[in-house]
Amino acid sequence: MPKTNVNEINRNIYDIKNKDNYDFKIKKGLTEDIIKEISNQKEDPEWMREFRLKALEIYNKLELPTWGPDISELNMDEIATYVKPKTKLNSNWEDVPEDIKNTFDKLGIPEAEKKSLAGVGAQYDSEVVYHSMKEELIKQGVIYTDMETAVKKYPELVKEHFMKCVPIYDHKFVALHGAVWSGGSFVYVPKGVKVDIPLQSYFRLNSPESGQFEHTLIIVDEGASLHFIEGCSAPKYNKVNLHAGCVELYVKDNAYLRYSTIENWSKNMLNLNTKKAIVGKNAQVDWVTGSFGSKISMLYPMSILNGENAKTEYTGISFAGKGQDLDTGFKVIHNAKNTSSVVNSKSISKNGGKCTYRSLVRINENAKNSKSTVSCESLMLDDISISDTIPTNDIRTDEVEFSHEAKIGKISDKTIFYLMSRGISEEDAKAMIVRGFAYPISKELPIEYAVEMNNLINLELEGSIG
Amino acid sequence: MEELLQIKDLHVNAENKEILKGINLKINKGEIHVIMGPNGSGKTTTANAILNNPMYKKTNGSIIFNGEDITNSKTDEIARKGIFMSFQSPEEIPGISVTNFLKYAKNKITGEPVRIFEFREEVKKYMDELCMNSNNMERSLNVGFSEEKKKKNEILQMLVLNPKLAILDETDSGLDVDAIRTVSKGIQMYKNENNAVLIITHNTKILSSLKPDYVHILVNGKIVKTGTGELAKEIEDNGYAKYK
Repeated sequence: MPKTNVNEINRNIYDIKNKDNYDFKIKKGLTEDIIKEISNQKEDPEWMREFRLKALEIYNKLELPTWGPDISELNMDEIATYVKPKTKLNSNWEDVPEDIKNTFDKLGIPEAEKKSLAGVGAQYDSEVVYHSMKEELIKQGVIYTDMETAVKKYPELVKEHFMKCVPIYDHKFVALHGAVWSGGSFVYVPKGVKVDIPLQSYFRLNSPESGQFEHTLIIVDEGASLHFIEGCSAPKYNKVNLHAGCVELYVKDNAYLRYSTIENWSKNMLNLNTKKAIVGKNAQVDWVTGSFGSKISMLYPMSILNGENAKTEYTGISFAGKGQDLDTGFKVIHNAKNTSSVVNSKSISKNGGKCTYRSLVRINENAKNSKSTVSCESLMLDDISISDTIPTNDIRTDEVEFSHEAKIGKISDKTIFYLMSRGISEEDAKAMIVRGFAYPISKELPIEYAVEMNNLINLELEGSIG
Repeated sequence: MEELLQIKDLHVNAENKEILKGINLKINKGEIHVIMGPNGSGKTTTANAILNNPMYKKTNGSIIFNGEDITNSKTDEIARKGIFMSFQSPEEIPGISVTNFLKYAKNKITGEPVRIFEFREEVKKYMDELCMNSNNMERSLNVGFSEEKKKKNEILQMLVLNPKLAILDETDSGLDVDAIRTVSKGIQMYKNENNAVLIITHNTKILSSLKPDYVHILVNGKIVKTGTGELAKEIEDNGYAKYK
């Protein structure tokens, strides 16, 4: 049969290839050869190739974090199998777990996009939308492209900013990211340009292996403004269960950036993502974050307020169900006069899920007359779920206004009775309370994402009535 | 007279303590009933028991509504059958606006889609009658509302949901004379010969304009006396001492 022949030919090529790389095949862990192979496939320029190798060196030196959730299930000796390009990343549609397929159906995700999200071939054709938007932006001088293209086409801009905001020695997974990053978005908004429609990232649709070590680099130049939306609320399913992405945001003087994201990972995923923003004088960065799915998440977006009058707002929500440990929070460094930060964090846990709010507020000596307001609220839907708050406040000057407020609550039987007395079923009543709790976050999202988030909440709550 | 609600020998426990010790009550369509009694006599328990609040356990007796046994029905089913309760302390629900809540509840109660335009007109009319500021419609349900706003909001819900039986639990408490008058006006708007009202209170101010058909005195979990409006007047003058 012709099919057999083809397989045999492929097999031969594969064997030769294996022979070439025999060395790294038997070595455990991540090696230079693997990184070089990634670099070759990406057709990296020399500086990027060196950068990857440098990151690898640091990766091999750094220890795993010992604080926070237990990530010991991650077998670092076999990390090579997570990062090698084109290996076993494509699974069969039949192998995609039922709960993920159901979620796709209930969220109304089109067939083609489902398969793309599940990492099984068929790329979703969003080119038309993408291009018409791009035309407008090009006229304004906005650069919006995938990260690999940016490395080749805009080397100066990329070199100046790439992993400068999140340095590779930050922690082990950042170093790993630096060595193996793949995919992601690059945005540059020139001075004074106001992009008035939200820019949505389509990176997840471009290649099957993206969405695992993707790199997002956004530069909003002086006086410019942008709203960038990343991800969508359908679960991203990869067979390999490690996600170590990186987001770097540069908000220059007088600029504004709103970065919204809903992350919803399949429930086998370890999500160890790193996101940071550097904010200039009179500039502002706002984060809107929804964290759903994953088995373990460690995610702490950070704003560094380097310019006078710089501002940041963080609005985040996380939802942990059975077997999930979501360790999320926000970090801010006040590094100049008159800077301000506002944090509004919410978490929901049910069926034994665990949500931890872990945060850092540092106000340096030079940040006189700064303000920071932190409010975090947790809602537990039953007695077996866990919620925790671990704030670190490092205030190095007296001339500041600082407040931290934490509230942990349960859905009260009284409230449920009140709603039921208006003809609303117990399940609907709980969903209504949770949607209301999440409203301050969902109202910050574009309508289609807010709707999807509400659908997602309803889905998560289905069958949770004991 | 067509019977709407009948409570037979109802015994109810709260936190393992018997609060209601054999209540009997019959309410016909077109009637206004009042239950009065000192604090802790079981007034609020009666209201909660009718709506089958799971925190109150029925140990004996039955509740028949419109010919159907609803003793063990779920609260939301009871509500959909046409019983409404105005709460003494209405719950605050952050993130759910008054208008969305009303629309949602009306849809659940009637089982029909809510026509937005008619709905808005209707709500506006009621709000005007109740001297409510329509700006509050977009605010989160009861969050940060004054006592008066919360109580008026309960009456607004009653008018919009238009139940067969409205139970008003201490709706007059914490309100000044003007607010009580407005609330009474709301009840009069609602009331017709096909529905009924059960007012639970421990003072008589609200009764002056409402003209109850029956007044029941509840003491220590039992109805010790039933009379007409005159009985309320007697309580106003002499208190409950005689019945304890």
